[in-house]
Amino acid sequence: MGKSSDSMKSFWRGGELFVWLTASGVAISLLMVGAMLALIMVNGLGQFWPATLHQIVLKTQEIVIGQVVGHEVIPNSVTPDRPNGLDRFRYRVGNRDVFGSEYRWVNGEDILSTMSPKDLTFVERREWGPAFGRLSIVGVDGMTESSDSQTWPAIGSLVEESTNLRQRIEHVERDEIGAINYRLEKARLERQALTLDGQLSPREAEVDRRLVDQIATLEQEYQAKTVALEQLHKEAGQKTLLLTLSNGRPLRLTLDQVITVSRPNDMSWIDKLVAYLHNLWLFVSSEPREANTEGGIFPAIFGTVLMVFLMTIAVMPFGVVAAVYLREYAKQGVLVQLVRIAVNNLAGVPSIVFGVFGLAFFVYALGGTIDQLLFPESLPNPTFGTGGILWASLTLALLTVPVVIVATEEGLSAVPRDFREGSVGLGATKFETIWHVILPCALPGILTGLILAMARAAGEVAPLMLTGVVKLAPALPLDSYLPFLHLDRKFMHLGFHIYDVGFQSPNVEAAKPMVYMTTLILILVVVLLNWTAVMLRNRLRKRFAMSAV
Amino acid sequence: MEVHSLSLSSTPPTVPSRPIVPSLPQSRVTRDQSQAAPSVDAKIQVRNLDFYYGERQALFHVVLTVRTHSVTSFIGPSGCGKSTLLRCLNRMNDLVEGARAVGRVELDGTDIYGLDIDVTDLRKRVGMVFQKSNPFPKSIYDNVAYGPRLHGTKDKRTLDELVEHSLQGAGLWDEVKDRLTQSALGLSGGQQQRLCIARALAVQPEVILMDEPCSALDPIATGKIEELIFKLKDTYTVVIVTHNMQQAARVSNQCGFFLMGELVEFGDTKTIFTTPRDKRTEDYITGRFG
Repeated sequence: MGKSSDSMKSFWRGGELFVWLTASGVAISLLMVGAMLALIMVNGLGQFWPATLHQIVLKTQEIVIGQVVGHEVIPNSVTPDRPNGLDRFRYRVGNRDVFGSEYRWVNGEDILSTMSPKDLTFVERREWGPAFGRLSIVGVDGMTESSDSQTWPAIGSLVEESTNLRQRIEHVERDEIGAINYRLEKARLERQALTLDGQLSPREAEVDRRLVDQIATLEQEYQAKTVALEQLHKEAGQKTLLLTLSNGRPLRLTLDQVITVSRPNDMSWIDKLVAYLHNLWLFVSSEPREANTEGGIFPAIFGTVLMVFLMTIAVMPFGVVAAVYLREYAKQGVLVQLVRIAVNNLAGVPSIVFGVFGLAFFVYALGGTIDQLLFPESLPNPTFGTGGILWASLTLALLTVPVVIVATEEGLSAVPRDFREGSVGLGATKFETIWHVILPCALPGILTGLILAMARAAGEVAPLMLTGVVKLAPALPLDSYLPFLHLDRKFMHLGFHIYDVGFQSPNVEAAKPMVYMTTLILILVVVLLNWTAVMLRNRLRKRFAMSAV
Repeated sequence: MEVHSLSLSSTPPTVPSRPIVPSLPQSRVTRDQSQAAPSVDAKIQVRNLDFYYGERQALFHVVLTVRTHSVTSFIGPSGCGKSTLLRCLNRMNDLVEGARAVGRVELDGTDIYGLDIDVTDLRKRVGMVFQKSNPFPKSIYDNVAYGPRLHGTKDKRTLDELVEHSLQGAGLWDEVKDRLTQSALGLSGGQQQRLCIARALAVQPEVILMDEPCSALDPIATGKIEELIFKLKDTYTVVIVTHNMQQAARVSNQCGFFLMGELVEFGDTKTIFTTPRDKRTEDYITGRFG
């Protein structure tokens, strides 16, 4: 009795309870993070696995081909004689253009038989989502036909041909016609700039004539390219695949529609793994299709990283300079304290407010002025007077500047007084001391601020929606045309992509795994950016680590 | 008598001049005979210096002369103002907000608190070594070259020579010559302190102020630094603040004893330690208080 009360006392006095309390706090946080990551990964990563195609026969003798993607007990189906209730399965049946919907529920009790024959084929298409069925005929314009035993081995080279063709079409569309369009637009703007003041001087008239000639030549080139493009499309349209769907109807697919053809039921485990990795790679490296519900998210990854990068360039000097003034130069007093409080509160302002401010100040006021001064020839079409990656980055810089200021100030105040005195004692001025000694020592602190700012900026969506993010950007903000970095262009962003795909999509079910996957990629991007900064910081810390005296 | 503001801003002094009312009778300040008139070999002359941290007065009417090419030590219990006086000699106290000096401190006859004094230039002439060794988190070479680079030496060979010369002057060259590019923070405490001395020497000062340079060091490192101080005296004028009376007795030619902001006694070290004139000095030296 006495002993147990003693141990009880030491439990309280020793603060063991507190240890448990704090440890469980950490454990709960970790658990939540882990659970969230697991949920995202399970739901997101699963979609690229080539799942088994089932062929089921219903009581109505209807045949359904599809992949099981969900299962549930029918609500209110539990009765005394059916304690487990009735099941129903959700099948992804594909062929959205034929069936109207890509998914359908099938009651378990309606199913007569389930099989997974090896010849069921999964065709990933450029439009209308995937198609499931039996590959029956491959031919040129339906003229030559062949049986399955000959068809299937030939399919690989056909798909490859299709991919090559697609790449050629894209090359003509984007690079060749894109370049012509770019030069056409330039020439057109130059002409417009000439006539901006209302009249042409003889020299200007000469230039104008040359431009007109140039435009005519370019338009001819354009026509030629269009013809070539049509030729390519025709070529692609000549070869077709014929798919027999579950309802027995044939589906004719021209080759340029086809991305991949596979038979998941006939694939070994290793084949599936290869296909899985290939799908994953396509996802991160290609462009979105079908209102973003299919295809990849490369432009969004690129836009996010570039925007964070631009924001960093904007926020770092600004925040550091402000913090140096507050900590090193300003006379510490009520006013500086008030400024500090104001800066801290700035971090708590809802981000949409920053978005509205960015729209009003950067886009309309600054951008509008820039357009009038520098790009009058393209008005009324705005150049900088509309949302763009520059304005979005600057708005986010504004949003994250308090974080950088606070962290930098802390970094500065952590620099030992000894260093300052040592430097000043050698005849250094205050500026020299700050520049050569204090800032280098405060660099780890500054980088901490940068890490926090980047994490915040990469995940922010609301202000971007007002200042330059779009659902689908026609071109990346970085390309091979002068001046290479197009700060005025609109861009895609992973955070907005999640919102758009998840909540603005016409095909919600198909988009669900995309939402998870995009989330996972966004988290990965943030982690990667932070990890880089953390590594940099650790290297600096090691350099500045004080040895024990 | 002039009044100077020591605020961090560069605005002209705004402290109203006020008559100096001696808070202590003059007779209580012991004076060495040599201080009555400026002697030929005087490097620094402190004339009636009062010093304030805000409202609190830290130094009372300090009068003393530091002789060229000698070692002068300041001793006294903690908080007696000896470090404050030392930091007045190169205006290091300018960094302290609200600090204010009244009186004159002359370096070669020029008042260093005068309006036309360039403080960075002053600190170039009067270097300082601090209580806690404070090498910058840079390489050994960059630490020593820091001052010369600031003052415009860019030529690599000149810098190399200067670094070598300074490190030799601080007795550190042989220990670090093979690792000049390594971080200074990897050195031992005593080496770091000697590096700080080398760093101060590299600026080629006339006077070196040392603020308890050995208080954080073991006896062997302390011995090395004391030896060094003894040598430095030939080229430089050294002023050292120390807690350690034996050290003061060993290294210094002249010694000042401070108590509560007052220079109680100043004179030849031998005299102070053998036949102090003031009872308080005697009590302190014999260990009866402090």
